[in-house]
Amino acid sequence: MRQGELKRFVLGFLVVLFSSAGIAQANPGIEHWETENGLKVYFMEAPALPMLDMRVVFRAGSARDGDAAGLARLTNGLLNAGAGDWDADTIAERFESVGAQYGASALRDMAFVSLRSVIEEDWLDTALDTFITVLGEPRFPERDLERARRQTLVALESQAQNPGSVAQRTFFEAVFGDHPYGSPPLGTEESVQAITRDQVRDFHREFYVARNGVLVLVGGVDRATAEAIAERVAAALPEGRPAAELPEVAPIEEGRTIRVAFPSEQAHVLIGQPGMRRGDPDYYALFVGNHMLGGSGFTSRLFDEVRSRRGLAYSVYSQFVPMEADGPFIMGVQTQGAQADEAIQVMRNTLAEFRDNGPARDQLRASQRNITGGFPLRTASNSAMVDNLALMGFYGLPLDYLDAYTGKVEAVDAKAIHEAFQRRLDPERMIIVIVGGEN
Amino acid sequence: MQSRERSSYHRETKAEMKHYTLPSLFLLFLSAALFATPVFASGVHEYVLSNGMKVLVKPDNRAPVVTSQVWYGVGSSHEYGGITGISHALEHMMFKGTARYPSGEFSRIIAEQGGRENAFTSRDFTAYHQTLAADRLEIALKLEADRMRNLTLLKEEFVPEMRVVAEERRLRTDDNPNALLFEHFNATAWLNSPYGIPVIGWMTDIEHYTVADLREWYDRWYHPNNAVLVVVGDVDPDKVHRMARRYFGPIRAGNLPDIKPRTETRQRGERRVVVRAPARVPLVLMGYKVPVLMTAEEDWEPYALLVAAGVLDGGESARFARELVRERELVSSAGASYNAFARLDNLFTLSATPASGTSLEAAEAALTEALERLKEEPVSEAELERVKAQVVAREVYRLDSVQGQAHQLGALETVGLGWRTLEEITDRVRAVTAEQVQAVAQRYFDTDQRTVGWLDPLPIDPDDPPGYFEGHLR
Repeated sequence: MRQGELKRFVLGFLVVLFSSAGIAQANPGIEHWETENGLKVYFMEAPALPMLDMRVVFRAGSARDGDAAGLARLTNGLLNAGAGDWDADTIAERFESVGAQYGASALRDMAFVSLRSVIEEDWLDTALDTFITVLGEPRFPERDLERARRQTLVALESQAQNPGSVAQRTFFEAVFGDHPYGSPPLGTEESVQAITRDQVRDFHREFYVARNGVLVLVGGVDRATAEAIAERVAAALPEGRPAAELPEVAPIEEGRTIRVAFPSEQAHVLIGQPGMRRGDPDYYALFVGNHMLGGSGFTSRLFDEVRSRRGLAYSVYSQFVPMEADGPFIMGVQTQGAQADEAIQVMRNTLAEFRDNGPARDQLRASQRNITGGFPLRTASNSAMVDNLALMGFYGLPLDYLDAYTGKVEAVDAKAIHEAFQRRLDPERMIIVIVGGEN
Repeated sequence: MQSRERSSYHRETKAEMKHYTLPSLFLLFLSAALFATPVFASGVHEYVLSNGMKVLVKPDNRAPVVTSQVWYGVGSSHEYGGITGISHALEHMMFKGTARYPSGEFSRIIAEQGGRENAFTSRDFTAYHQTLAADRLEIALKLEADRMRNLTLLKEEFVPEMRVVAEERRLRTDDNPNALLFEHFNATAWLNSPYGIPVIGWMTDIEHYTVADLREWYDRWYHPNNAVLVVVGDVDPDKVHRMARRYFGPIRAGNLPDIKPRTETRQRGERRVVVRAPARVPLVLMGYKVPVLMTAEEDWEPYALLVAAGVLDGGESARFARELVRERELVSSAGASYNAFARLDNLFTLSATPASGTSLEAAEAALTEALERLKEEPVSEAELERVKAQVVAREVYRLDSVQGQAHQLGALETVGLGWRTLEEITDRVRAVTAEQVQAVAQRYFDTDQRTVGWLDPLPIDPDDPPGYFEGHLR
């Protein structure tokens, strides 16, 4: 058993980092190629454990729903409801009888299917055959679609009884308006009722194609085996073409406050506006700055002001969500209704103070040490590496993204953060959503 | 975002309330030798310090990281009326400073070292954990040792932090209809067992803790002889042992209280509870009292119950998904959960969300019918094989997470089973027969021994907040 590959990768990375001089050694451990029909492949050999993780990611999230809100999610959820000659029962049995774990999910930008299997020859073969059939030959049986539709309606009802979900939905609608990001991923009662089987099939044909996808492989197989698997996955997919670029996100014209009545003790508050995209030139400045403002949990300014000093809330945070187009900047809190105004005021003041004055130098150093010192944790497991490679592949981040990461974080200075926050956030044009907590 | 927040006591409660698929169950508790390669030997090094503190170290050199956890044998099942939730409240205060490291310093230092940290409280234990680059382990041990006996518990820190705990309860329970049902269901099922106490505590108790209450709880339970240090990662066990001796060794052993058995009084007939709360989706919970490894007279029984849970709810090919969700379309989702690794007798819990157009009665009847079938006929060979294959595979998957491995060791050790249980779980599950599954079903799935809870949704009308709301939720 060969061990320590992952470790070597990370150590290699650290050596590069600390031997200074920025010798651009290319991504030890990560291999990248493209299949003949254009499927991008990202592979890392991790031989310490006899298991394999696969994830195939497509530009097929709810931002591609068009007028049929909920279509991306329904399509993704129905892939294993019948494929090739097999029905849902057979597919489930084939995966689970060999201990394999199948997963599928659709977010706003991406939709993916994933597989985790042990590397026992028979077991892996059964799991792979099933996975590839599900990916390439789903049948979308009418009855399963109807059931999935009804389950989605129940999920919509579940959202409607959760003040946090109501706040999220209201916030995205208000911040993004007609942009595809404003469309609820689960859909609406009307849109879900209206989706047809033809739409589902067409959505799959258009977006689940090689040139619109990325395959990630991490585990105890060698390069030759990985290539063979990649060829089989690619062969199951038509070549197709990449999905079109998403439209630009328009800035908020006027700040406003939206109150939604809800019988909860707490008010669920979200404050924000459009933020930044993946690969954004301000990415590192905004990321490091936000880490100090409200991204670092117990040590952030918002946590200190809202929770530690005033005891106003259990959870308070801020984040930029970088997406294909500009994703949101969000500050969030939940607090007893009577304290909502106070909490909102404290959060707005904290943001304004940070934006006006920029970070203190010693705090910036501490934040950078937190991020860079914590970097090994982000590459320490196969699961984490699957996430990293999927992110890099999907958003077209450079192959040296992981290698370069800590260096870029270190390079951010207080001035860059101050300027980026000045330029990118407009405190006068915030959307404020308050759900529940009425007296 | 949430995962960054302190105190994930809900991890335990939620796991039990929600659909505990076999995946999540076994993710927590597995090991032993499948592929007969060294990597699957448990590889745990055990030490005991002279003050009684146990130290468990498992090297995992795949990456230069380490996770360090200190587990205390105290949780809500050690509490009693009037101070419920105090173990969780104390967990919050553990971040509020000692003489040497004032409030916030613990988190600041760990953050500066690039570490991640948090803590959680459950029924049986309270645990504090940090994950860091492997060469920073010493810092974590030094800080944990300091706060084992040196909390200042200042009033000015205590007052706002208890407001935070109250907000946490509002967030997780009071404004969450499913959690409200679970809390009522649980309190109905257990008359005198402390498992009827919610981990976060009743609001009236949260509102009336004093600094003296917390101090007393801290002095009673936070001693090295009631603690286990678990370290998993790229470390040398003997060096960890030396470090542990250096920082925890000087702390004197304390007098630990006797833990009374508080054995649940025999249930004499079915119990039912209805929670009417603003909601949109009904839910039924059904719990049967069953033994766990710590309490079972027949030690195969908990393993047979685990397999029963897997047959019902071990994935998309299990009976609930196949028959109730897809074939008969009676439920939108259904689950079975059972934690065999608890300190006291536990519930084998079923849950179901009715499909639209199905009543709670019909969903409940479908769950009952599934249990009746387990009693009447042995499970099939294919079902048994599937459950066992999942167990075997998960034994591999769990090794991908140092935190997950440490969690298993800490939990088993703290509830009193001992970490070596880990080495036999897979073999014990694989040894379970169809007859044994049938036997536990016949013995324990008895209507007189069950508790049923219904969430009966009251309308959420934004324009006209209903009158019940005043009385019920405030």
